[in-house]
Amino acid sequence: MNALVTLDGSAAPLFEADVNTDTIAPLYRESKGGAAKAGERTQDELAHNLFRNRRFDDAGNELPFILNQRPFRNAQFLIGGPNFACGSSRETAATMLAAFGIRCVIAPSIAGIFFDNCFRNGMLPLTLEQGVVEDLARQAANGAAFKLDIASGILTPPQSAPIAFTLPAFRREALLTGADEIAVTLTRSADIAAYRTHVRCERPWEVSL
Amino acid sequence: MPDFNGHAFTTLAKRGLKVAHPELTFATADHSVSTDPRDADPKQLQNPFVIALREGTAQHGITMFDIGEIGHGIVHIITPELGIALPGLTVAIGDSHTTTNGALGALAWGVGQGEIAHILATQTCVVRKPRSMRVTLDGPLPAGTSSKDLILHVIRTAGVSAGNGHAVEYAGSAIRALPMEARFTVCNMSAEWGARYGLIAPDDETFEWLAGRRYAPKGAMWDAAVADWRTLPSPDDATFDTDIRIDVRALGPQVTWGNSLDAVLAIDERVPDPDREPDAARRTAMRAALDYMDLTPGVPIEGLPIDRVFIGSCTNSRLDDLRAAANVIRGQKVHERVRAWVVPGSEQVKRDAEAEGLHEIFRNAGFEWRAPGCSMCLGANGDTVATGQRAISTANRNFVGRQGPGSRTHIASPELAAASAIAGAIADPRKRGALV
Repeated sequence: MNALVTLDGSAAPLFEADVNTDTIAPLYRESKGGAAKAGERTQDELAHNLFRNRRFDDAGNELPFILNQRPFRNAQFLIGGPNFACGSSRETAATMLAAFGIRCVIAPSIAGIFFDNCFRNGMLPLTLEQGVVEDLARQAANGAAFKLDIASGILTPPQSAPIAFTLPAFRREALLTGADEIAVTLTRSADIAAYRTHVRCERPWEVSL
Repeated sequence: MPDFNGHAFTTLAKRGLKVAHPELTFATADHSVSTDPRDADPKQLQNPFVIALREGTAQHGITMFDIGEIGHGIVHIITPELGIALPGLTVAIGDSHTTTNGALGALAWGVGQGEIAHILATQTCVVRKPRSMRVTLDGPLPAGTSSKDLILHVIRTAGVSAGNGHAVEYAGSAIRALPMEARFTVCNMSAEWGARYGLIAPDDETFEWLAGRRYAPKGAMWDAAVADWRTLPSPDDATFDTDIRIDVRALGPQVTWGNSLDAVLAIDERVPDPDREPDAARRTAMRAALDYMDLTPGVPIEGLPIDRVFIGSCTNSRLDDLRAAANVIRGQKVHERVRAWVVPGSEQVKRDAEAEGLHEIFRNAGFEWRAPGCSMCLGANGDTVATGQRAISTANRNFVGRQGPGSRTHIASPELAAASAIAGAIADPRKRGALV
């Protein structure tokens, strides 16, 4: 995955409750047999389809959605509302945001599957108090730059005091180095094998189908 | 692994990794498959998602239940049906409705595609310990009210984000009295209020339902497993981070009106008025939903004309669901304006229903009897509701555009959907002699 070390850029304020992953990453509804595999989509195509139905009308014309407005076309942050990215598990919600250039999502609450998917796409999901997020959305409105530093765990808004956040050590390391999570886990293969042996003795029906 | 998880094999191939435990991994094509019984490609030999799943599973020695075989169906229908999910197991599937399996007392959660690759390669998954919540539902549910009504009422009461970060255990006399298949519906909808896990403590009902299933333990191993499973339930004095209690003894049929799962009405209620909503943000969201759904505040939800009916999805496509719907429509005709579908959740459900003659009841009424798959829940396979059409769906999401661009979805029980198909409008199944 792509490492995430620092960010310095605008934050698109989208302070709406319950923005779901269907909205963030609309399904491709191609004719039968013509559906493209997610892995074969280009970065441009992924970025284009982010919030597609809110950004473009049926004819492909731009709508006045926040990501179509000048300071936010290159946004690196998105400031969402409560329960951001609820709904389906589709990882394209994170992949499309990252392809667009948004590497940090800040919201009062973030749905669990999307939260986990963010890390795997080199993104930081950050949950902060609702009042704080509302204030950040206000600061973001004119396109002023936010700064993020993963190593020091600091988010610096344009106007208010820096905000410290903590990450589990392995998440922090993975973001900083772009580490392959599978490779990291495989270094613990002996522990995993020992656990499986234990299960085979204690609850054999779980592993002998 | 459902078909939309097939890309995980590409990830493995790029890194030269093998599947750690193919014997503990299973696959079925559900999201993208055609459910049209007259489809020119019934085995989906041209469907790229199904092709990727077939090739990946064959290469790695994973069992795939292919189209037309017993075992094929919607992933959350077949994992319990085949005894792949069991009490106490951890079950991960690349789909948010994996919580369905929690009704067996399994710890089951949805993950993204990248996580699927990690699980395939390592048979492990990195998770944060969730907060715990118990939802105690005091019953019994009244006759004519289903477990779908129960969970819609829970989401309306608690709110669509109340479950965020939680593992939810559904408890109480209303849950204990539910047959196994109705319990799956409750746990299925956990995702709709943010819960990553939804559980019901296993009991004799669970064990009887599981006994003899294809991958369930047999003989002495079964006895040992049941003895272990009896130790799983939380003790009565267990404490939870959040504990809520809801009385459902007077609950009736429920139906959604808007574009989130807390926009729920009892069948005898009226479309809400945003002017009476004190919160400005909620008021704005309500107005947008009323506009999208083409609804007028103050109008009774019962009697609203509909165009489409979809009985299916991982929420409500089991044999008991189809029996309940058939009971409502027996001997009646689908309204001339309505196009109504029944999409059984699996090949097994389809064959069992046909053995009972349910397909004839549906066909005689004017329903289409289709092949198993996710179908019109999300329309990924082309099964969609046209722009501006109003649909009653037994699935789980009423989001903007969920069933196709401009589609208007009302979520309800199979009984209410069936009654509405006959009436041509949102209808109270209790008035049509629904038996529970």
